[in-house]
Amino acid sequence: MYKVKVLVKRRPSILDPQGKAVEKGAFHLGLTNIKDTRIGKYIEFMVDTGDKAAAEKEVNDYCYKLLANPIMEDYEFTLEPADSEGGN
Amino acid sequence: MKPKFGVVVFPGSNCDHDAYYALKKIIGAEVTFLWHKEKELQNSDVIILPGGFSYGDYLRSGAIARFSPIMNSVYEFAEKGGTVIGICNGFQILLEAGLLPGVMIRNKSLQFVCKDIYLKVENKETVFTRNIEPSKILKVPVAHGDGNYFADEETLNSLIRNNQIVFKYTSANGETEEEFNPNGSTMNIAGIINKNGNVLGMMPHPERACDPVLGKTDGKLVFDSLLNSFLN
Repeated sequence: MYKVKVLVKRRPSILDPQGKAVEKGAFHLGLTNIKDTRIGKYIEFMVDTGDKAAAEKEVNDYCYKLLANPIMEDYEFTLEPADSEGGN
Repeated sequence: MKPKFGVVVFPGSNCDHDAYYALKKIIGAEVTFLWHKEKELQNSDVIILPGGFSYGDYLRSGAIARFSPIMNSVYEFAEKGGTVIGICNGFQILLEAGLLPGVMIRNKSLQFVCKDIYLKVENKETVFTRNIEPSKILKVPVAHGDGNYFADEETLNSLIRNNQIVFKYTSANGETEEEFNPNGSTMNIAGIINKNGNVLGMMPHPERACDPVLGKTDGKLVFDSLLNSFLN
């Protein structure tokens, strides 16, 4: 079993109207040094296999085909054995 | 031959009945609903992917709907030259499915935009537009939050080269200035077709501009064009 954490980020060349609007909020808070706010997605899930290579392949497929739209987003992920965390 | 229309119903579609009504009652065509879990297109000649919020727009608009069982059949149908129209959320689904190039991002204003807009027909040689008079500016409503069409330069150049831009947002007089663009879409793009000319995606809702009781009927021209294309 693996625990996976995925980060989906909008490509630098793609506009992020949401990030821009949120940054206006920072300005109104008086946080005048905040620049280049970009909003992405964080997704976590488990992969139920003991085979790391198989897990990685499945995560890659999940990211490439569904979690991210490769036309406008990049993704990265980490994969850690879940049972090493132990206990409850 | 009079074409039969199939309107796909996804969980969260909310313009499916509008499309059905416009086609059946105003255009007078044969129409059937196609549930997203089915695979059969029931001998439809034209597939409509209607507007709405399929799967709650979770993840990205249209991202999950493209994996509905019926989409495999729609994909095959489109690849074989079958006629497909994606309206609003349907357009977003076509982009996510890769049947049309590019992506939709959040409206520049971040506001959901719901109003009548004006459209200029950029390509009058399509089966969707051939009945529209050359100088005609269409008045059709939009209603969306993610209608800001984006594509990289190479894709845009190829759209221009192959005459794939079908509709642009304009003023009532046909001026394509930025101020007449409701969502910030690149080059005021409101609708595009694929290279083969059989798949159309458009953000505005022609089905909501068919019945005279709604105060505008320009959307009917799109369906009339299609009907005529099949009849001739």
